[in-house]
Amino acid sequence: MIRYLFLFLSFTAARTLRAQDTTRVDQGVRVGVDYRPGVRPGLVVLPGPGIDSARAMIRRDLDYSDRFEMITVADASALSTAGGGAQEEGGPVNYALYKGLGAEFAVELSEAAGGVTARLHDLNAGRLRNQQTVPLPAGSDFRLEVHRLADEITRWASGTVGAASSRMLFVSGGRVYRADSDGHDLTPLTPAGQTALSPAWSPDGQRIAFTQLGEGRGGVVVQAHSGGAAFLAPGSQTALNITPAFSPDGRTLAYAHSDERGTDIYIANVIERCCAQRLTVGRYADNLSPTFSPDGRRIAFISTRAGPPQLYVMAADGTDQELLAPFDYGATGSSNAPDWSPDGANVVFHREVSGSPQIFLVDVSGRRVRQLTSSGRNEDPTWAPDGRHVAFVSDRSGRRQIWIVDIETGRVRQLATPGATRLPSWSRRLGRTTPVPNP
Amino acid sequence: MRAPSLLMLFAAAAFAVACGGSPAPEEPAPEPTPIAEPAPAPEPVDDSAERERMERERMAREAEERSRAVAADLAAMINFDYDQATVRQADQATLDRKAAILQANPNVKLRISGHADERGSDEYNLALANRRAAAAKRYLENKGIDGSRLEVISYGEERPLNPGTDEAAYAQNRRDEFEVTSGGDNIVAPQ
Repeated sequence: MIRYLFLFLSFTAARTLRAQDTTRVDQGVRVGVDYRPGVRPGLVVLPGPGIDSARAMIRRDLDYSDRFEMITVADASALSTAGGGAQEEGGPVNYALYKGLGAEFAVELSEAAGGVTARLHDLNAGRLRNQQTVPLPAGSDFRLEVHRLADEITRWASGTVGAASSRMLFVSGGRVYRADSDGHDLTPLTPAGQTALSPAWSPDGQRIAFTQLGEGRGGVVVQAHSGGAAFLAPGSQTALNITPAFSPDGRTLAYAHSDERGTDIYIANVIERCCAQRLTVGRYADNLSPTFSPDGRRIAFISTRAGPPQLYVMAADGTDQELLAPFDYGATGSSNAPDWSPDGANVVFHREVSGSPQIFLVDVSGRRVRQLTSSGRNEDPTWAPDGRHVAFVSDRSGRRQIWIVDIETGRVRQLATPGATRLPSWSRRLGRTTPVPNP
Repeated sequence: MRAPSLLMLFAAAAFAVACGGSPAPEEPAPEPTPIAEPAPAPEPVDDSAERERMERERMAREAEERSRAVAADLAAMINFDYDQATVRQADQATLDRKAAILQANPNVKLRISGHADERGSDEYNLALANRRAAAAKRYLENKGIDGSRLEVISYGEERPLNPGTDEAAYAQNRRDEFEVTSGGDNIVAPQ
């Protein structure tokens, strides 16, 4: 009876959640100061002279934040004329006109000395809400700085920070690549001709860890994100070592060590480079894919202790091991690749449904499981730093590519990547190395 | 000499019948000597040397075939059910033959590599394939083979044998491969 009830529940859950994997806006709960239920506020990025690349990036970032209904204007040189707008130094903004187009917010971008000034106009209130000028450095820091500005505009307008100023790691053709959250600035971090797997970010975005697969063996390499000096994680020098994950303080690396006794989770200190310690005792079972809770006190992981791989959780010292995502033995498909959300509330993972992996969430307190995807094969999810986007690998376009779903609206988009890609890892927001003056 | 002539004719006829056609006229009749009469005491020294040589060649050939068969038995793959790392009943004989060979050749060391099909998680498949290799090692250890002679590695789904994407290909790709890493010269067959 209990089993039937469970099946019924999972069936209804699958049915209601199937609707999420669409571009339809969910009529659900919304957070943020300017949200009305079921409605995303309209936002227009005003055209203007100069800084075209920054303007295009910010427009795309705001669109990808999934918090706004983006309103497109072809050419506003004619539209940006006076008419009831606030008289700011960037020029008058025709509030009534953009309000008439359905916008609640207008983002005005203008060139400043060595940088850019962003202004957010609240069209309903008829006033300038926020403004900031940031310097735009040359080189690869330029894009990150523009992404940070986009995140700040998202915060002004929605009350929650965006995820644009972050980067993605993934594997393509055996190499680890790094790309911006919008898929641009693609950079290989490992040499060609090798097999790298399972890249992971340190929380500060300064280092990465990944498995370097040799002849059936491999260590966990820890290196600076830009390349440079690398070392093998303590305890990973022999046999096969997979699925690394940094602790939130960046001091500890958890990974799985595979040898003839099975696969078990170890932790090691990657600052002092010592002290590898085993957390699970598998006895020929597999324990792998550790992921830390954001407070660093717990680790979710995959174990085959009860048969097929399923999702478990333990204290960060290996005690108190228990099942995290409920399953029905013999009925629920294998679960793999967990990633703990930045707010600590959910763990995302993939689970086999009718022979295809699909993305699922389990909320940590209630242990309720939700299905997020249903079309094609969808696997290896990773959280965006905003806690509402999840990147995953999907074959829905014909080959394995990285896609991003907004779990609040169900909107899905593809990350622009070359060739077949897999095993994505999304960084936290990447901080500045030098502070930016806030005028 | 009448009898030999008759015999020759008979032999020719028999040959023709055996060949299923009319006798080819240009073909010479088969050598009658071995049929017609016992060999008239051939030089015994030459013949035995020839026999010994042929015998040696035969034995060498057989030894080569045997060692090829032994090597093939050592290298024979075993396969697994989907998401399973249990040695199947049908593959136990394959492993038993390896165990016997390893017993007879104490210097031989094996590397066992586990493999998975492309379904399932890329990362989990490394652990699963490792478990498959470890399962074969444990089976051989239970047959009395010292574990230090058996090395376990895993390729996960990274090295498919068959690039196909159907069940037949997947079944081929879920496997353990066995490679002799030392002591591979002069392998003898088990008694």
